[in-house]
Amino acid sequence: MSPYALQTKGLVKKFGGFVATNDVTLNVQAGARHALIGPNGAGKTTLINLLTGFLEPTAGQVILNDDDVTQLAQHQRVKRGLARTFQINRLFAELTVLESVVLAVNERLGLGARFFKPVGAHTQAVQEAAELLHTLRLADVAHEQTRSLAYGKQRLIEIALALAAKPKVLLLDEPAAGVPTSESRELFASIAALPRDVTILLIEHDMDLVFRFADQISVLVSGALLTQGTPDQIANDPKVKEVYLGETVHG
Amino acid sequence: MSIVSIDLAPLQRADRWRVAEWAFWLLPVLGYFVFPDNLVLLTQIAITALFCLSLDLILGYAGIVSLGHAAFFGLGAYTAGLLASHGWGEPLSGLAVAALASGVLGFITSLLVLRGADLTRLMVTLGVAMMLFELANKLTFITGGVDGLQGIEMKPIFGTFGFDMVGKTAYWYSMVVLFLMFWAARKLVHSPFGLSIKGIRLNVARMPALGAPVNARLAAIYTIGAAYAGVAGALMAQTTQFVALDVLSFNRSAELLLILVLGGSGSLYGAMLGTIVFMAAHHVLSDMNPEYWQFWLGAMLMLIVLFARDGVMGGLRTAAARLVPRKLAAP
Repeated sequence: MSPYALQTKGLVKKFGGFVATNDVTLNVQAGARHALIGPNGAGKTTLINLLTGFLEPTAGQVILNDDDVTQLAQHQRVKRGLARTFQINRLFAELTVLESVVLAVNERLGLGARFFKPVGAHTQAVQEAAELLHTLRLADVAHEQTRSLAYGKQRLIEIALALAAKPKVLLLDEPAAGVPTSESRELFASIAALPRDVTILLIEHDMDLVFRFADQISVLVSGALLTQGTPDQIANDPKVKEVYLGETVHG
Repeated sequence: MSIVSIDLAPLQRADRWRVAEWAFWLLPVLGYFVFPDNLVLLTQIAITALFCLSLDLILGYAGIVSLGHAAFFGLGAYTAGLLASHGWGEPLSGLAVAALASGVLGFITSLLVLRGADLTRLMVTLGVAMMLFELANKLTFITGGVDGLQGIEMKPIFGTFGFDMVGKTAYWYSMVVLFLMFWAARKLVHSPFGLSIKGIRLNVARMPALGAPVNARLAAIYTIGAAYAGVAGALMAQTTQFVALDVLSFNRSAELLLILVLGGSGSLYGAMLGTIVFMAAHHVLSDMNPEYWQFWLGAMLMLIVLFARDGVMGGLRTAAARLVPRKLAAP
C-alpha cells in the first residue's frame, strides 16, 4: 500500500485545442493538508473536476487509496470516500439546513432510495446530521431555510454537506471565497479541527491561510504542475516567485 | 463546549396529517350527499386529480417537464379497456395490469427522457405521446381507432359492487383508489427517497457530489409517475366503459400541465385543488358559454402565473400565513 490517499498519473484534459490540464502527476499523502495554488486560470478547478469525476480526462488516471477510479462516476467516487465542496455554493435553497444535511447523510448511509418510512423516522441519520450541525455551529439555524442565511453560514453548509459523506479525502475548492475575513478565520478553524485521518486538498487564493494551514503545497501554472514542496520550500522557490508569487511572498 | 441540542421535532413531525388535510378528504363524502346528480362529473374530477398527482410527482417533485404525460394515461386506459373487452372484467387486477404496462413504458422512455435538458425532455415526451396516439389511431382492429374502444364490460368490484347506471360504485371506487394512491404518494414524498428527489430538482449538480445516483432516482420516480398515470387512465376506461382516442391526445397532456400550474406544483394538494378548480370552472364556464370558455381559462392561467406564484396552493399558504401568526402555525 502506498502512503498516498489520492494520486493522479499523467492527467490530461483538453477542451478542443486548449489544454486545461497538462500531464499532471500529483501525489497527496494520506492525512496531508495539501494546498493547490496557482494564478487565475491555472486549471485548479478543472483538476478538482477531474478528480471528482465531474469531468472525464482526455488521458491519464485518478487513483484513490490505491484504486484506479478513473472510470467511476461522481457518486461512486463519493461512496469510496472522496467528497468535495464547490467554489460557488451548490446548496438546496428551499430545504432547511437540517433537511439538507440529513439528505447528505442519507446518501452515505445508503438510505436515499428508501421510500416508505418518513425521513424523520430514520433516527440514526437525523441524529448524525444534528451532531454535524452542532460541530459546525449551525445548530441555531437548523430549521431555517438555506436561502435565508448569510453567505458565511451558507459556506459552512457547503462544508457540512461534504463532511456528511464522512470522506477520507476532502477537496475544498476555495472554501473561504466571498466570506468576510473575520468569518473566514472561523471557517478555517472548523476545517483545521477536522480529524487528522481526513486527507485535505485545498484550493485557496488567500496566501496567509494557505501558508498557515498547509503542510504540502503544489503549484499549478497553465495546467501543468510547476513544483511541489513544504510551505518553506515553496516560499523560497525562485521559480514560484517568478511566475506566481512575485515579490509579495511572505511566511 | 456548550451543548445546544437541536429540537428535532419539526423534522420528525413533518409527515403528520394535519387537520386541514383530514378536512379535505371529507370532501368526497360531502360531495356524494351535496351533488348526488353530478356523481359522474365528480368521478371525472377524481380521475383527473389522480392523473395530475402523477404529473406532480415527476414535475413538481423531481422537476422533469413533460408535454406527453397522456401517453401513460392512454396506455393505462387502453390496457384496462382491452382486458375488459376481452373478458377480463375484474377491475382491480385491471388497474394493476394497467399500472404495470404504463410503468414499463415509463421506465423504457425514462432512459430517453433523462438524456437531455428541459427542452429535450419536452420534445421527447411529446414525441412518445404522438407516436402512441398514431399507433392507437392506426391499429383500428385493436383499439377501435377514432371510433373508440367499445364493448368494455366490467365485473363487480370484489365480486360484490356492480357498476350502476347512476355511477355510485364508480364514484366510490375512484375516490377510494385516489385516496389510497394519494396516501402512498404522500408517504413517498416524505421519505428519504422523496427528499432526494426534491434535492435533484433543487440542485441536480450537487446530488452526485453527495453520492446520489441521480439518473437511477429520476428513472424510478418517472416510472412511478407513469404507473400512477396508467391507473388514472384505467379508472377512466373502467368507469366510463369506453376508451376514446383522445386519452392519448396532446390536448390532454397540455391541459394537465395547465391544471398543475394552476393548482401549484410540488405539494400534492396543489394537484388536487387545481383539478377541482379547473374542472369546476370548465363546468360552469362552458355552461355559460360553450364556445368561448377557454378565453376565461386563459385569462385565469395568466393571472395565476404572473401574480400568484405556486397557484391555488401558494395563494392558500399566503392567506394562512397572514391569518395565523407564524409561531402558532409551526408548533
